Amino acid sequence: MPLTDQLRDDILASVPSLRAFAISLSGNGDRADDLVQETLLRAIANIDSFQPGSNLPAWLFTILRNLFRSDYRKRRREVEDAEGNYAKTLKTQPAQNAHLEFEEFRAALDKLPQDQREALILVGASGFSYEDAAAICGCAVGTIKSRVNRARSKLSALLYVEGAEDFGPDDTVRAVIGGNGG
Amino acid sequence: MKHRDLTSRGNVDQIMKETKKQGGLNAEIQSRIGHQLRAMYDDVVRQGVPDRFAELIRKLDDPAEAAKHLAETDEQQAAKNDGRD
Repeated sequence: MPLTDQLRDDILASVPSLRAFAISLSGNGDRADDLVQETLLRAIANIDSFQPGSNLPAWLFTILRNLFRSDYRKRRREVEDAEGNYAKTLKTQPAQNAHLEFEEFRAALDKLPQDQREALILVGASGFSYEDAAAICGCAVGTIKSRVNRARSKLSALLYVEGAEDFGPDDTVRAVIGGNGG
Repeated sequence: MKHRDLTSRGNVDQIMKETKKQGGLNAEIQSRIGHQLRAMYDDVVRQGVPDRFAELIRKLDDPAEAAKHLAETDEQQAAKNDGRD
């Protein structure tokens, strides 16, 4: 379809969520914005292949996701300060405690296998349906569901089971840990 | 030494109660994870459209121009990679 002003506006309206997706995937603000830029250029260069009336955000997310995967393969040996770079992209720094919790969450997210991480973000944060997420990732709906489930259990294990004592046990748990308490 | 304390009826009951509560605990953890994930994501969404992207999209009048832009970026990238090797 030709590049109409309406389509241009629609693409522009997708930029904030494309950036959020790119940053969630890569953990690196600078690289994320490069990914978004390349996604926009590719989308406009190939606008003829966009089906009018189909889901524009899903189409853009597919381009970005595929770019990220090829980029990731090229660069995965590079060591980077993902958390530090991510923090720089935030406009407002969260308060100290919240910031610590945020860093822990970010670190746990980075430990997920890539397939699970992208499925969780698409469904749990971008708000795509399982069907759209499956189309974006080029896999079956059932595969997306199981990736999201595995991502959730792995995150809860990383954040809340291994370090459960860090989160302040409630009275019952404390009673069990503390034994009979005299 | 008394070993009785470790297996006393009260303790075992409490541990069993805790285990039964895991289902509820799990739902709470899942909602916390969902909340954190969206907080992280929405923080970026709220930043809106950076100027560089608004300008880029405004500047590109037709697909050919975007393709040209892409080719230039690829060339720059290739030059950078050559320099690195």
